[in-house]
Amino acid sequence: MATVTKTGVMGLFRETDVAADAVDRLNRSGFDHSDYEVLTGIPYPEDSFGEGRVSHRLYAFPFIGAVCGFAIGLLLTAGTQLSWPMVTGGKPILSVPPMIIIMYEGIMLGAILFTVIGIIFESRLPIFNRKLYDSRISEGWIGVVVNNPVERLDEAEQLLRQSGAEEIVSDSTGSGRRTGVGWIDE
Amino acid sequence: MQDRRDLTDAKINRDLLNFALVTPRWFWVVLLFLFAILGIAVYAYAMFINYGQGVTGLNRPAMWGFNITNFVFWVGISHAGVMISAILRLTQAEWRRPVTRAAEVLTVFALATAALFPVFDTGRAWRIYWSFPYDFARGIWPNPRSALVWDPSAIFTYLSSSAMFVYIALLPDLALARDRSAGWKRTLYSMLSLGFRGTSRQWRLQTIAGILLSALILPVFVSVHSIVSFDFSMALVPAWHSTIFPPYFVIGAVHSGVSAVVTLMVILRFAFKLEDYITPDHFDALGRLLIVVSTTWFYFFIVDTIYALYTRESVEVEIINLRTFIWPFNLISVIFLLTAYFIPVPLWLFKRVRRSVTWMLWTSLLVNVGMWLERFMIITPGLALKQPLTYSWGEYIPQPAEFALVLGSFALVATGVFLFAKFFPIIPVFDIKEGQVLKAEVKIGRREVPAVIRD
Repeated sequence: MATVTKTGVMGLFRETDVAADAVDRLNRSGFDHSDYEVLTGIPYPEDSFGEGRVSHRLYAFPFIGAVCGFAIGLLLTAGTQLSWPMVTGGKPILSVPPMIIIMYEGIMLGAILFTVIGIIFESRLPIFNRKLYDSRISEGWIGVVVNNPVERLDEAEQLLRQSGAEEIVSDSTGSGRRTGVGWIDE
Repeated sequence: MQDRRDLTDAKINRDLLNFALVTPRWFWVVLLFLFAILGIAVYAYAMFINYGQGVTGLNRPAMWGFNITNFVFWVGISHAGVMISAILRLTQAEWRRPVTRAAEVLTVFALATAALFPVFDTGRAWRIYWSFPYDFARGIWPNPRSALVWDPSAIFTYLSSSAMFVYIALLPDLALARDRSAGWKRTLYSMLSLGFRGTSRQWRLQTIAGILLSALILPVFVSVHSIVSFDFSMALVPAWHSTIFPPYFVIGAVHSGVSAVVTLMVILRFAFKLEDYITPDHFDALGRLLIVVSTTWFYFFIVDTIYALYTRESVEVEIINLRTFIWPFNLISVIFLLTAYFIPVPLWLFKRVRRSVTWMLWTSLLVNVGMWLERFMIITPGLALKQPLTYSWGEYIPQPAEFALVLGSFALVATGVFLFAKFFPIIPVFDIKEGQVLKAEVKIGRREVPAVIRD
């Protein structure tokens, strides 16, 4: 069997406290928050494991979407009335109150669409490359995956073991499931 | 909320994913039954296409009948989902967990079904593209001054938003299904889950998404039924031209929608053996909510009637007279008031009724019988009133094809929800697990009281 270069190592834990201890050890040993990931089957309160708070720009997305939606709404309503300028009862060509209704829907649709795009983008999805994963995580186990730096992965493995990891999984061992869009392998 | 069951992650996975991954024999029986009803509706619609609107009972002056009633009714039902889901998420109501997804899915399928009926009612559905803003060559566009153009824009926004809302909230459960499936299903779930792994970042974004999307969808939810009410209130038809219609329609939609969610929850509980997840506590909470919602709806109904009478405008008084005393509207009025309010609400005042799954099923069904009739009573009598010109004194008598389409619409929504439940967890698995982790017991004096840990 060909040797596989190790690109990550994952410690699997049954207990939340033990996983939090492992993350503490990684932090103390100089691993940065961006070097590892904590995988869980449910949303724990932020920073429960000491993995740091998540910074994101999700809140900017709805605003951008709302502006785009407004522009499209304006184009559809004002543009269409101006392109077929039919005077009705001597009233102005542009009838603003109904335009507001359609522009409002445009604003909301744009905001929601961009929020959804933002959620996917900020969640770093979709994942196309191989990532370490184990299906036991969805049964309540906790995975601590160290990805960087590659030259310290052996040290990270030792730390995870010493912290009480029930099992260590790495891509060089060939075990562990790796997820990605369109395929999964064992 | 007193019912707290200790459930392991493995049991939750097994219980809630079972139907998505294993196909019992009764699935095919139910599907066949639903398809049979749909077949009848398709035949009825083929009659529409073949013979035209003549197969309906529409006749001057009543040119809107069952199709538009169905449209308004299903838009109303669709309001439950997001209303329940969004408000309960925003208020972090703990009992929302098993309810939200079913409600959201009901929204999507009810709204998609609703959108079909104006298309049917146009008579020539294959020319529906004429109403799209596409004709650059001739410069002919839909007229944005018409309420009939606002309506599709609102429904399109609400439908696409709700579908996206469902999908985003479904991502973690798609990943879970991916982990537990094989073959083509695994490929499908793998692609749909986008490689979701449950990192802290992904969960954090999920949590924010639930709240942010709820906050964004709520104004859409209010606008949609308001705009649907504009179809009527912006017209100068007596009994329709009322400023109270937008809130009246919205609250009516919530009333019928929440009742539909109760019905759906009972069916899901029975069909998928979800007694550990959908408990009498949930029905109790929904029952309390319904008392408030239905009484508010009834208040608007009374105000609408009083407004019509107070002006003493002859045509308004004639329509109230038509609705109240003239056959068959008098009978329909009595049925809709009894079923939408006077039978269920007094019953819901009793805790025993609210906690009884059987009682909640029947009372919620009654509400929707009543609310369908209420829609009909809003739309048709206003048009059916005999006008001064005698050539338009026709009667609207609904025909079998219209009844078939009503039946078909129920089958279509049921099929959509049923097939969704077949392929995806209809109860949010991760949400239930989170509820298990966050629950706690607090000792106060000699009692242990259920509590919830909050971030």
